[in-house]
Amino acid sequence: MAQSAAASSLAADTFPMLLLQHARVRPDRVGIREKDLGIWQSWTWSQVADEVRALACGLAAHGFRRGMNLAIIGDNRPRLYWSFAVAQSLGGVPVPIYQDSVAQEMLYVLENAEIEYAIVEDQEQVDKLLEILPQYPHLKYIYYDNPRGLRHYGQGQLMPYEELREIGREYDEAHPDFFARAVAEGKPDEVCVILYTSGTTSKPKGVCLTHAAFIAAARGDAKFDGFTPDDEVLSYLPMAWVGDHLFSYAQALVAGFTVNCPESSETVMTDLREIGPTYYFAPPRVFENLLTTVMIRIDDASWIKRHLFHYFMGVARRCGAEIMDRKAVPLAERLLYFLGNFLVYGPLRNVLGMSRIRVAYTGGAAIGPDLYRFYRSIGVNLKQLYGQTETSVYVCKQPDGEAKLDTVGKPLPGVDIRITDSGEIWVKTPGMLKEYYKRPDATAESISPDGYFMTGDAGFFGDDGHLRIIDRAKDVGKLTDGTLFAPQFLENKLKFFPYIKEAVCFGDKRDMVCAFVNIDVQAVGNWAEKRGLAYAGYVDLAAKPEVYALIEECVDKVNADLAREPHLDGSQIRRFLVLHKELDADDDELTRTRKVRRGFIGEKYAPLVTALYGAAESCRIETQVKFEDGRTGSIRAEVRVRDVQPVPSRSDRKVA
Amino acid sequence: MSARALGEPILSVDNISLSFGGVNALSGVSFHVRSHEILAIIGPNGAGKSSLLNVINGVYHPSKGTVTYKGTTRRQMRPHEAASQGIARTFQNIALFKGMTVLDNIMTGRTLKMHAGFLSQCLYFGKARREELEHRWKVENIIDFLQIESIRKTPVGRLPYGLQKRVELGRALAAEPELLLLDEPMAGMNVEEKQDMSRFILDVNDEFGTTIVLIEHDMGVVMDLSDRVVVLDYGRKIGDGSPDEVRANQAVIDAYLGVAH
Repeated sequence: MAQSAAASSLAADTFPMLLLQHARVRPDRVGIREKDLGIWQSWTWSQVADEVRALACGLAAHGFRRGMNLAIIGDNRPRLYWSFAVAQSLGGVPVPIYQDSVAQEMLYVLENAEIEYAIVEDQEQVDKLLEILPQYPHLKYIYYDNPRGLRHYGQGQLMPYEELREIGREYDEAHPDFFARAVAEGKPDEVCVILYTSGTTSKPKGVCLTHAAFIAAARGDAKFDGFTPDDEVLSYLPMAWVGDHLFSYAQALVAGFTVNCPESSETVMTDLREIGPTYYFAPPRVFENLLTTVMIRIDDASWIKRHLFHYFMGVARRCGAEIMDRKAVPLAERLLYFLGNFLVYGPLRNVLGMSRIRVAYTGGAAIGPDLYRFYRSIGVNLKQLYGQTETSVYVCKQPDGEAKLDTVGKPLPGVDIRITDSGEIWVKTPGMLKEYYKRPDATAESISPDGYFMTGDAGFFGDDGHLRIIDRAKDVGKLTDGTLFAPQFLENKLKFFPYIKEAVCFGDKRDMVCAFVNIDVQAVGNWAEKRGLAYAGYVDLAAKPEVYALIEECVDKVNADLAREPHLDGSQIRRFLVLHKELDADDDELTRTRKVRRGFIGEKYAPLVTALYGAAESCRIETQVKFEDGRTGSIRAEVRVRDVQPVPSRSDRKVA
Repeated sequence: MSARALGEPILSVDNISLSFGGVNALSGVSFHVRSHEILAIIGPNGAGKSSLLNVINGVYHPSKGTVTYKGTTRRQMRPHEAASQGIARTFQNIALFKGMTVLDNIMTGRTLKMHAGFLSQCLYFGKARREELEHRWKVENIIDFLQIESIRKTPVGRLPYGLQKRVELGRALAAEPELLLLDEPMAGMNVEEKQDMSRFILDVNDEFGTTIVLIEHDMGVVMDLSDRVVVLDYGRKIGDGSPDEVRANQAVIDAYLGVAH
């Protein structure tokens, strides 16, 4: 089955052609499902092809032409997924927009992509488009999927999905060969989708990807992980995100597997369980939320269940991941794990909807060690991948049995990676973007003359051939002895400890790495209470010698980790201090998305930085703070500096 | 809202008096509700608002006066008659079956629409099966409408208050009422829950054309939602008109601010 799918899909080189091929090869297999009114409704591939045909004809009747862009806004709904194929079969380009963006954010994309046609989910999205209509009067048609609440809207631009489909069916009858011809005219080197990258610092940029690139990426993935038409996925991540587009559209069309749309965003947990997907892809945040839900329920469970859970999770932590990777594990542990699988892990996987998971991926951000180990230890094959919108997320993946916490895997077939002298990762991949939409300047800045995409990430290859991402390239510096210094990498390592809320590392053009640490007042407060340690608020708690000892343990562990990497060994943290105040966005120390502003903090706390790099044991400091009501005050404190013994590098000592 | 056409009076309450022993809960109250209208009944505590609702759906029998509903005038109505005539209500203190799921609770709202015999219901056979499927479809539509898919199978007792109120509205809607009586639908809710509930009430009115009579204390909500407001004080009607008229009515201001009687 898998082989015939792969072989037959090679002939089709655009997404609409792939769709028509599935409709021919496996007309009665389910292509997409959606839970509606409590029941899973299915559409077979041939039904999907019919819908797409009717809708494409409808759009054509309304004047949608080759080269135009179609906006798609809403939650994951079958009709919206079909809209991608609809635009593509007419030679147009679908432009998904994040469904939670406010009207003004949409305005920029609509203007930039010169949108005249939009297919949206419901009243919420219609309202937003109507709100910006005075500023953007070029919108000719807004088609909506769900008519609820829209009955009394009189705007001429609005039309329900069903009406467009009817118009399409009539047009199709009058022009029976139109659709087939339109699809046949599609070329693989045409742009198949424009995905806007969320710009935190500048305006969003539209990434133009071609059919050829996206299909190559999806085929590569399908081959790497062996996706077949028997796989099932649940699509609940934003459609405008490249990850979802790859996973729920491109890979689904290439491999011919079934896409399932949840009933609503609140029912995802239930829907996951009902569907039992075999393949799963989510950013770390989603895995974290799932785990939190489980842990809360465990805390509420009865005494026996709670203790059973914790006991067997201990077993799983010791040997679960090793068993999955087929490594040698003592027989006693193996038996315990087997029992645990029956009593705890199996039911737990079922609750998480992961009973049938063959492969799960995460990417986009660093994943915490506890989180990663948890899923792997209960038998979920969670792996990491690396890629960005510009590369169709086709750069690196961890092969089965080689899942590692701190890597993003090996380069995929056809991918060429070059690490520049400054440590930046350059990528040449089959999934490469064509250009940034209407931004030749940005395109030139991101693609090197010899065709490499400059990711802006810094990283290196370990001895095992795995790529490790350490930081954004522009933030990476060097110590005076030339050692690589990746502040965010170190800070993330520190922040994975529950006791550390924020960390700021210094080291660029200095002789060693030093760090400011912000304790998590809740976690450390609990810890202190359990030890009967009295404290009077953050400043007091932060200055306790016991707390310093606690943080030092964390720093030691980070250093031990670093000692294992020859590239990073030199950037072990030598001195640290616990800040006397919490870093706060109101004081401009963090951005609104809670990223530390390293430069600003370094200037603001210059005396502390001096103390770190001097010989001082402590330093007096007074800091202005802004309270939430806008008043200002000051905090005075004596901040102590703590020396840390570096861990000898791996060659000298075996690290636990 | 303006697109809605208000129809003929669907319910007229004429000169109703009700007393419990020596206490006159209502004395000589008259008003009417037109179809598709949202009418709010307001008044200080003990003004007789809930008693009035209870008279309308037949829980209390007035000592004087008549209720005319859809052209039929009667002195008293029994609750089950009211229900079969298309009057549904929710309660000030939630009256759901705590141990049953949301789905089952809303399903109970369909009881009056079930016609299959006892035996075929027991065997889930023939007409009973067809009916059950149809009812379930209706109930699922209501669940979709009220956006409570995620708690479909959750026992009601485990839900927060605001959601329970929504489930109760769902059960009332399951009876496909023409006239919906809501007794303090937003009591004890936070601002967000109130906004949600307000939207659902407007949507019910708009989507199904249901006439709604509601009792509410939150003046902001009342003024935004209702087409007309009836004000009670000590069992008497002291005001009746559009929200703006009522707001300017001196008797109403006195009743709320407290004036020596």
